[in-house]
Amino acid sequence: MSVIQDPVNAGVTSGQQEPGGTNYINHSKGALSWLLTLDHKRIGLMYMVMVLAAFLLGGSFAVALRTLLFLRAAPDVAPMTPASQDLYNQFFTLHGAILVFMFIIPAVPAILGNMILPLMLGAKDVAFPRLNLLSWYCYMAGGGFFLYVLLSGGLDTGWTFYTPYSTSTNTSVAAATLGAFVLGFSSILTGLNFIATIHMLRPPGMGWFQMPLFLWALYATSVIQVLATPVLAITLLLLFAERVLHVGIFDPALGGDPVLFQHFFWFYSHPAVYIMILPAMGIISELMATFCRRQIFGYSFIAFSSIAIALLGFLVWGHHMYTTQSAMANAVFSLITFSVAIPSAIKVFNWLATMYKGSISLATPMLYSLAFIWLFTIGGLTGVFLGSLSLDIMAHDTTFVVAHFHSVMVGSMLTAFLGGMYYWWPKMFGKMYNETVAKVAWFLIFIGFNLTFFVLFVAGSQGMPRRYADFLPEFAIYHKISTVGSYVLAIGLFLVLYNWIHSLLAGRKAPQNPWGGNTLEWHTSSPPPHENFIEEPFVSEPYQMHAWDYDESIDGYVFNRARAEELEKQGHH
Amino acid sequence: MLAILAQADKTFFLPPARSTVAGLHDGLYNFVLWMSVIWLVLIAGLMVYFVIKYRRKSPNDKPVGPTHSTAIELGWTLPPLILVMVIFVWGFRGFLQMNQAPNGAYQVIVSASKWNWAFTYGRGEKDSVLHVPVDTPISLVLTSSDVIHSFYVPEFRIKRDVVPGRYNKTWFQATEIGEYNLFCAEYCGQQHSQMITKVVVESRDDFLAYLEERGKWWEGKSPVEVGQTVWNDNGCKQCHSVEDADGTGPKWNDVFGAERKFADGTTRIADEDYIRDSILNPGKNVVQGFDNVMPTSQGQIKDPEITGVIEYLKSISKNFDGQLLEPFPVTVPAEDGGTPGAQE
Repeated sequence: MSVIQDPVNAGVTSGQQEPGGTNYINHSKGALSWLLTLDHKRIGLMYMVMVLAAFLLGGSFAVALRTLLFLRAAPDVAPMTPASQDLYNQFFTLHGAILVFMFIIPAVPAILGNMILPLMLGAKDVAFPRLNLLSWYCYMAGGGFFLYVLLSGGLDTGWTFYTPYSTSTNTSVAAATLGAFVLGFSSILTGLNFIATIHMLRPPGMGWFQMPLFLWALYATSVIQVLATPVLAITLLLLFAERVLHVGIFDPALGGDPVLFQHFFWFYSHPAVYIMILPAMGIISELMATFCRRQIFGYSFIAFSSIAIALLGFLVWGHHMYTTQSAMANAVFSLITFSVAIPSAIKVFNWLATMYKGSISLATPMLYSLAFIWLFTIGGLTGVFLGSLSLDIMAHDTTFVVAHFHSVMVGSMLTAFLGGMYYWWPKMFGKMYNETVAKVAWFLIFIGFNLTFFVLFVAGSQGMPRRYADFLPEFAIYHKISTVGSYVLAIGLFLVLYNWIHSLLAGRKAPQNPWGGNTLEWHTSSPPPHENFIEEPFVSEPYQMHAWDYDESIDGYVFNRARAEELEKQGHH
Repeated sequence: MLAILAQADKTFFLPPARSTVAGLHDGLYNFVLWMSVIWLVLIAGLMVYFVIKYRRKSPNDKPVGPTHSTAIELGWTLPPLILVMVIFVWGFRGFLQMNQAPNGAYQVIVSASKWNWAFTYGRGEKDSVLHVPVDTPISLVLTSSDVIHSFYVPEFRIKRDVVPGRYNKTWFQATEIGEYNLFCAEYCGQQHSQMITKVVVESRDDFLAYLEERGKWWEGKSPVEVGQTVWNDNGCKQCHSVEDADGTGPKWNDVFGAERKFADGTTRIADEDYIRDSILNPGKNVVQGFDNVMPTSQGQIKDPEITGVIEYLKSISKNFDGQLLEPFPVTVPAEDGGTPGAQE
């Protein structure tokens, strides 16, 4: 087992030579060397295994529920019974709860953030390695609760746990809320760690405005995680108290107020949407710069828009309750909701401007960022429909909303996550993947996603309510197309999994820097040594990539330090 | 014919507009739709154009492009800002009209329960289908007896949550005679997707005739008929089959007179009192194997209706061999040569 002795000074590392060129993966052996590791990269890997398992599970429920809906289009085959309705309600609930709490929220910060954040800072590790390990165990414990839910009668409340339904159903609500409660701690600990690390462990020469934009995004995300997650924890504890101890808080039969629950719940869960999307935006900024091989356009606008989104994100929770609350509250929440659209739009424009006069490579990670821009634009524009009061009254709780938030939470976040995974894959594992298979999978995912959700926008506008196990005949065609789309999407995702496993087993050895990026993780070997850097990396403008020269013999880029110093001097006039 | 007319102005995205506020919604919807299409085409078009024009020629390209411009940043912030503010005001004004019922609107009480709608009119008339006169503002007071539901009629472009423990309000004015779907839009458990009924929009005269008939709807019907109608109209049939199959609730046939076994192990013979209890206080005796999910019908069902349900249950039970409550025989033996009994 390896221990970081002095994490506070870990940022200024003289590097410690590893004998025989070992890396963090083969540095030490045995199950305990993983389960008790304090190495951020190993913790990131362990997160990766578990979070991807959760993704597989939650994704399977999605395919299962789409299949049930497809069968409903042929009622002779699958007659509607109370049992089949229960099954559907369980599927959509477990799909949402598992993917929100165990995949979308942790995916980018816990996997890629853990892996890359200290490397980008040239640091040995995060500020609090033990807390980092604890956060993984919180995740495992929370996952344990969800596993218990699966085996003990399931859950049928929807991932939102709306009262008083959630206090009256006989499914495993108590276990699920405890699970989400514990998972929240995993999220809080990661956020705390990242904030401390970014404050304390930036290397000399890297001020706030020389940080890669991924770190700005992770910083903004961490602030939300630390400030908002405790509210969810309190809400879930209150719900638990009401269910188990029959204290009247939300249930009108006990003298409570069910709308209070919605306020509490969305006070966390709307900022949580930004926990999902902000780190994804950070990835896109990195990909755009590297694959356009030029300085990003509007660095400070992108950085500040992350902070603006994080702050405004706290003030819009009421837009989930237009059909419940007073007209005055609606007006205020609608106005603030529209104001969040602006920083999001600014980001998209800056990414586009970065492509202008760039040298654009269509490597797989870049394809994902292009898909991201397409789907995020759709998600953002349909958000304009929903932010508008009179339109939301009609669209609220229809499949229009389902398609909108899937465009953002899946379309955007998932494509950014996959793009980031492909981008940093060579760094994480020291192996390349098959580019052709990766592109075919990208194509299937892109087509599948658009097919699945475009028709749901139409169905929702036509009046198809969400969370319906059954539907009127006029909606059958939309559900059929959507299900076919979800199958294409699933095939694409399995192809990604196949490609990754194939890469691990038989992938070509990756060079140190296959893409020519200049953020500090590319200044160390692939995969990095146990303590990240053998010698202190050269800190310069994060997107000054012109000191890297392509070397055909290794199919990667080689750093030219003399030119880097010269460019750095020019940069500072 | 009416059905064809009702379909006439359905578009690719929107169902027919059938209320006075629907136009407000559709105008803004189409504006935002076309604005979105333009932005999407612009952004995607630029993206594709740049990918082609600035494609990588060599891995050693050293492109230099602009890195910042405050003027450009402010320039492209302004149009979306103006657009969303216009949309905000437009949407808010539409919402106020959708929210505020005009004075003198005719009021209907909407009671939602798992998984049934009930509508109560001015003189206590009740139905499971909402009947309203055309071209008349209707104000709705929404209540729920269990969990949160949501009142949603796409053709009218209105939706309002139905929250237990409080009265929510909404209103609409239908513009064309016809039948429209009324959905529950807030997830409410097992049969959420079956919680669909109709809004029947009819002429003023038809509506008055309907109220007249609903007011004393059980008059002239035998108690068994009354019970069967209650079963059909009040939502009992959602959970209680009369065809020998348990659903969410126990089946109804052969219940009367049988021994009922409860979750707590006790038993009771299903007599008249038991049936009445089960309707008004359903949590008291929960039959083994079933969940306590049935809402009470207290205040929503009248005594003649309860009597009807009891007689209906008797009529479909093999465990009952007594005499059903039926109209007095029409022909009565004459006495002392006096006038015979009731003959119509």
